[in-house]
Amino acid sequence: MSIWEYANPKKFIATTTPVLPWVMWAAAVTLVVGLVWGFFFTPDDYRQGSTVKIFYLHVPAAMMAINIWVMMLVTSLIWLIRRHHVSALAAKAAGPIGIVMTLIALFTGAVWGQPIWGTWWVWDPRLTSFLILFLFYLGYMALWTAIEDDDTAADLTSVLCIVGSVFAVLSRYAVNFWNQGLHQGASLSLDAEENVADVFWYPALVCIAGFILLFVALVILRTHTEIRLRRARALETRMRA
Amino acid sequence: MMPDLGKYVVEVLSAYAVSIVLLLGLVWVSVRAARKARETLAAVEARKEKRDG
Repeated sequence: MSIWEYANPKKFIATTTPVLPWVMWAAAVTLVVGLVWGFFFTPDDYRQGSTVKIFYLHVPAAMMAINIWVMMLVTSLIWLIRRHHVSALAAKAAGPIGIVMTLIALFTGAVWGQPIWGTWWVWDPRLTSFLILFLFYLGYMALWTAIEDDDTAADLTSVLCIVGSVFAVLSRYAVNFWNQGLHQGASLSLDAEENVADVFWYPALVCIAGFILLFVALVILRTHTEIRLRRARALETRMRA
Repeated sequence: MMPDLGKYVVEVLSAYAVSIVLLLGLVWVSVRAARKARETLAAVEARKEKRDG
C-alpha cells in the first residue's frame, strides 16, 4: 500500500472522517487543560510578573504560524511535482488557520512586548519577518480567491508558497542570523540547561500539543470542505456542458 | 480562583480574550463552511441524479 493512495479525494475523506471527531475532542481537551494549567496554576516569573502567562498562547501560536507554512510548502511541492489535487487543497485549507495563528502570535507578542520591552512593536528582524509572513498568508489566500481556474490557482499559490518560505525560515532563525533586536532566541529547547523552568515548560508542552491537534483537526475538516466544493463545481460544469 | 495578575491584568486578559475569540471564530467558520459544502454537494448530486434518471 502506497501513501499516494490517500491522494485520491474519496479515499482521503473515507480514511480521515472516522478520525476527525477524535482529533477534535483531543484538541479541545488538550487546549483547555494546557491553558487552564498555564493561566491558573503556574507562578509569576520573577522578572516578567504575570505577563509570563502570555507565553502559553504566544509560543504555540508562533510555532504553528511557521510550521503551517512549512506544511503548505510540502503539500504545494507535492502538487507541483505529482499533481495530486488533495495536496493543493490541503495547502489552501491550511492558509486561514495559518493567518489566525500568525495574528494571535503578533497580537500576544505586542501586548507582551509593551510592558516588558516598553514598546508594542519594533522593527526587529524576527518581528519584521513575522509580519511579512503574515502578509504572505494574506496574499496567498487572496491569490486563491482571485483565480477562477482551480489548477492555475494551485500552481500560482504553490510558487508564492515557495517564495514565502524564505520568511517562514527567517521568522524562526532571524535572531540567530542577525543576533540583534529585542526578541530573544528560542524559549523552548530540548537541551534541559537552556530551557525554561519545568513549572512553565510542562503546561507549555500541553498547549503546544493542543495547538497541533487543533490544526490537524481543522486542516482535515477544511480539506474535506475544499474537496466537496471542488466536486460540486466539477459536477455543475459537467451538467452545463 | 482568579489568579492575581497585578499591574498586568489588562495585557494578560486581553491576550487570552483575543486569542480565544480568534480560535473559536476559526472553528465556527470552519464547521459552518463544512456543513454548507456538504449540503451544496448533496444538492448538486441530487440534481444530477434527477437529470440522468
